[in-house]
Amino acid sequence: MKTENQRGWLFVLPVLLLVAFNALIPLMTVVNYSVQETFGNNQFFWHGLGWFEDILRSERFHAALGRQLFFTFTILAIEIPLGVIIALAMPRKGFWVPVCLVLMALPMLIPWNVVGSMWNIFTLPEIGLLGYFLNDVLGVNYDMTQQPVAAWITIIVMDVWHWTSLVVLLAYAGLVSIPDAYYQAAKIDGASNWSVFRYIQLPKMKRVLTIAILLRFMDSFNIYTEPFTLTGGGPGNSTTLLSIDLVKIALGQFDLGPAAAMSLIYFAITLAVSWLFYTLMTKDEQ
Amino acid sequence: MRPRSVVPIIYILFLLLPIYWLVAMSFKTTNEILGGFSLFPQEWTLDNYREIFTDPTWYWGYINSILYVTINTVISLAAALPAAYAFSRYRFLGDKHLFFWLLTNRMAPAAVFALPFFQLYSAVGLFDTHLAVALAHCLFNIPLAVWILEGFMSGVPKELDETAYVDGYSFPRFFATIFIPTIKAGVGVAAFFCFMFSWVELLLAKTLTAVEAKPIAATMTRTASSAGYELGLLAAAGVLTIIPGAIVIYFVRNYIAKGFALGRV
Repeated sequence: MKTENQRGWLFVLPVLLLVAFNALIPLMTVVNYSVQETFGNNQFFWHGLGWFEDILRSERFHAALGRQLFFTFTILAIEIPLGVIIALAMPRKGFWVPVCLVLMALPMLIPWNVVGSMWNIFTLPEIGLLGYFLNDVLGVNYDMTQQPVAAWITIIVMDVWHWTSLVVLLAYAGLVSIPDAYYQAAKIDGASNWSVFRYIQLPKMKRVLTIAILLRFMDSFNIYTEPFTLTGGGPGNSTTLLSIDLVKIALGQFDLGPAAAMSLIYFAITLAVSWLFYTLMTKDEQ
Repeated sequence: MRPRSVVPIIYILFLLLPIYWLVAMSFKTTNEILGGFSLFPQEWTLDNYREIFTDPTWYWGYINSILYVTINTVISLAAALPAAYAFSRYRFLGDKHLFFWLLTNRMAPAAVFALPFFQLYSAVGLFDTHLAVALAHCLFNIPLAVWILEGFMSGVPKELDETAYVDGYSFPRFFATIFIPTIKAGVGVAAFFCFMFSWVELLLAKTLTAVEAKPIAATMTRTASSAGYELGLLAAAGVLTIIPGAIVIYFVRNYIAKGFALGRV
């Protein structure tokens, strides 16, 4: 049982100051820009909620949001089941367990721009291993700099490559926490593999899978560096996800007001969905 | 070998293929790369690596990255340890809201904050220093460290604290000599995750630096776009960024999942 003690605040103070410095000041800057109009020369005028209305009505934002949602839901639909399948097939003990874990975790430790460059080099037609194999061995016409569909498949496969291991590691951690007695009881009852999965393994993995979905949602919704390095948002605008579009507006065109309004809407969406998962996740803890 | 072992084996092969290609490219000459397809390097060359280790703009990129990652890890842990203790042991006003607020910072898209961060760190005179990047990365690393440490600390029975007080330990002495050694696995995992997320992040690191503290990742992107298409060099630089992660991961292999689960498996 925890004790009631306001000394807790004292302990939390350093964290609070550091995070508030990094989170609140920039957030207030963004809020500040989002309600103002500027014509350069550091002169700003009150613009009310105009930018928010513009952004919410703009087709460009709708398109970027649509692409973002499509990306996030596609990678969730692939990575979560795939991660569970791989975790179920992994050995539970022995020499190969640490080897598997280390090799699987490797992609997650590579800087994000290197992930993008690596996949770029890997998929170049004629030069890259995958590009050469598809074009010259299988005879598929594949060039991700020209074909939107190829670009999409490539960024999705890249994300599956990069992050499925996160789901595997979490699901695996849930699986090894199941005591042997459960399996023995199931065996005595003559339970099928499916029943073992449905009534023993899946309930035990529920918590870690919620965390996996939460993390994968947050990170894939905020993804920037990897697709930007790989496709630059192209060909055309076909893989311009929300973050890429935002950076284009803010740093490319220097439209501070619309960029700030878009940032806040973007952040609000992430926050709302994550809160939902967080509530689900902590519901069992109480 | 059991038949279902095929699944992890195929998966690991899929993971290793692009990495193999990066390594193979890094040992090829530019002529060979542009000349056509070859599965293995035909003329092995170390020129790409030699260039990185002799050119200061290249190797300083690595030193800069390692510097700010280290500073960040130290700051994050120093701040997160007492906070995590408070969350795991005490109930205080607003503790649950505070905990969720910390997590929200892990959700903030870096792209949203890039420009305000630039202005903030320019205003306080820290632009283009290692400290700026280290402090900026605290935004997502401190919440992560607090979560992981809180998970590990909650696994330690409260009797440990009480026994120490009965034995006449002061709080700081108990915390430093008894409590931290008890959760040293958790400290290691938290340090690893701070290292990792600071090491892989590029957008903020690039925004907050120009010359003096330029990270390796930024050196790479500028090379990729400016110096024509030196794929071999880019590949060699990429391979060198994988090595630190590959070394440290071995030490935390049994705790990786617990870390990702924010200490809650």
